Amino acid sequence: MKEKTALQRGLTKGIVEEISREKGEPEWMLRLRLRALEIFHRLPMPRFGPDLSEVDLSDITYYLRSVEPVASWEELPEEIKKTFDALGLPEAEKEALAGLGAQVDSEVVYRSILEEVGAQGVIFLPMEEAVREHPDLVRQHFMKVIPPEDNLFAALHGAVWSGGTFVWVPEGVEVEIPLQAYFRMQTQGVGQFEHTLIVAEPGSSVHYIEGCSAPRYTKVALHSGMVEIVAKEGAHVRFTTIQNWSRNVYNLNNKRAIAHAEARVDWVSGSLGSKVTMLYPTTVLVGPGASTENLGFTFARDGQHLDVGARALHLAPNTSSRLVSRSVIQGDAKATFRGKVYVSPEARGAKGHVECSTLLLSPGAKTETIPVLDAENDEVELAHEATVGRISKDHLFYLMSRGLTEQEAMSLIVNGFVSPILKEIPLEYALELKRLLEMSFEGAVG
Amino acid sequence: MPILKIKDLHVSVEGQPILKGVSLALEEGEIHALMGPNGSGKSTLAFALAGHPDYRVERGRVLLSGEDITHLPPDQRAKMGLFLAFQYPPEVEGVRLREFMRLACGDQGHGFCEFQEAYPKAVRRLSLEELADRELNVGFSGGEKKRAELLQAWLLRPRVALLDESDSGVDVDAVKVIARAIRELAEAGTTVLIITHYPRILEHVPPARVFVLQEGRIVQAGGPELARTIEAEGFKAVQR
Repeated sequence: MKEKTALQRGLTKGIVEEISREKGEPEWMLRLRLRALEIFHRLPMPRFGPDLSEVDLSDITYYLRSVEPVASWEELPEEIKKTFDALGLPEAEKEALAGLGAQVDSEVVYRSILEEVGAQGVIFLPMEEAVREHPDLVRQHFMKVIPPEDNLFAALHGAVWSGGTFVWVPEGVEVEIPLQAYFRMQTQGVGQFEHTLIVAEPGSSVHYIEGCSAPRYTKVALHSGMVEIVAKEGAHVRFTTIQNWSRNVYNLNNKRAIAHAEARVDWVSGSLGSKVTMLYPTTVLVGPGASTENLGFTFARDGQHLDVGARALHLAPNTSSRLVSRSVIQGDAKATFRGKVYVSPEARGAKGHVECSTLLLSPGAKTETIPVLDAENDEVELAHEATVGRISKDHLFYLMSRGLTEQEAMSLIVNGFVSPILKEIPLEYALELKRLLEMSFEGAVG
Repeated sequence: MPILKIKDLHVSVEGQPILKGVSLALEEGEIHALMGPNGSGKSTLAFALAGHPDYRVERGRVLLSGEDITHLPPDQRAKMGLFLAFQYPPEVEGVRLREFMRLACGDQGHGFCEFQEAYPKAVRRLSLEELADRELNVGFSGGEKKRAELLQAWLLRPRVALLDESDSGVDVDAVKVIARAIRELAEAGTTVLIITHYPRILEHVPPARVFVLQEGRIVQAGGPELARTIEAEGFKAVQR
């Protein structure tokens, strides 16, 4: 077994070259990394959103292989195995998944795919392996959906990305049960920058789920993953994320999809953990009749600032988007929702709907909704609704008058509030979300 | 033996005194009516009895089966067998009527299997088949809301049911459905207090005793003939 590989802290050309060498990458990928690094040095920190001053990009370990890849759960180090067992991953793999990948720190340590799904020609590989084994397929799309120029963290990601998954679904193939990836940040001070690229060929469909967690350390940690999705003509991709990072993690992600003609991309995002999150899954509707649904559930608790949103860019006629968010905020937490729908001059007949509701569970909870509806032609239907409220005393009294305790009544109301999103989330996660919600109802009546 | 005893109850809402010394007793297993014009304090009495936090008891006591419930939270009163059918039940989005009743019945010691059987039966009894899996009162018509309240009483089998204007704004056929449900509740042992400003429902469910509330006080109590007097002559006839 190889030694643990940890690179020095900080970000230099030397570090980027070492990451590339460590992975045995082809020349084009190294060049892409170095170009991204150059761009990174030129770009400013984001000019909107949460305070990131605590993030010191020179004090992060950008690459750590702490665990060697294994072929079965049994071979994993005891501590990691226990974690994955507790998360129920081995069971989920047996019962409900077409494929599963698990990443610890910088590298994917476990991956499996159902034989029959593999036999349909579906590719489900750790990103590094895909770069080596399917260079043409990867190169065509890698960081083309989100170029490094897009923003500072896209550039940073491009320079130091490590791990993640490549999914390719052949034309007409429908993967009926979900593929799942699980990300674990195990070691203090190490950043995680996994790259997920999903390419769905015409008429295919796939559902991809990612979950994540980390033990809580005192030191600030950085997670800056990237997800790129290409849904070709008539393809359907559904991407579900349940984010439950520990509360020392800055979770600054880039997620974007391109939907070609008649394609459909659905994002389902549950944001629960992290200290600070910036997450705005975006669908670019480039083909006529393409559509997207973007459902977000945010649960912000004491000390958190979750700045989330959803964007749909309509660049072709008869495209449609539906962005729905439900936020529950407790303690002194803050949740921001940025909903953006842009319609280009060409995108006649576009329809967009943005809906954002927030439930405040405490007097100190803060929220902000920033909708942007921008249409550059007249033949569009755009709608926006936003509501902010507290648990109604009268509702609570009504439920309690039937014998429910205050706790049960609140739990029922909050679960009811988030139910439009919860019902879209895979059951095992939905149950976990319910449990987390139920744990935090004290002093919530307004 | 009275099952519910109200002694000299004074209740204020937002500092405004509404009930000014209400005393009455409900006899176990009987149907009672509380009548009074709009604004006489009927709903205030209902909410105060059920324990709404905005309805402040300034004086007096409420005893349920001999136990003082004056300052108990609403869920404990419910667990002791008190039920209030709301005049205006709130619409609670995302909460399904079935799920809500399953939880409520569970809290009150009815088993799950029992509920699985009881729910469809109750739904049919109240002609609410189409609403059985809907969100709680959301988009229900006025009459549907009233029937859904009776459905809940039917499932929870309370010892005392306070029915606040269960017949108002309801068409003739629905009144019959509601009246039958009330009679059946009473036959099964629930003590009933029908709160109404209009005697129509009382023709279908004759009360053993009638109380008249005006300006926060009980101004008269009597047998079923009192309801007929009010029907014929209005509340003027019973002013003190």
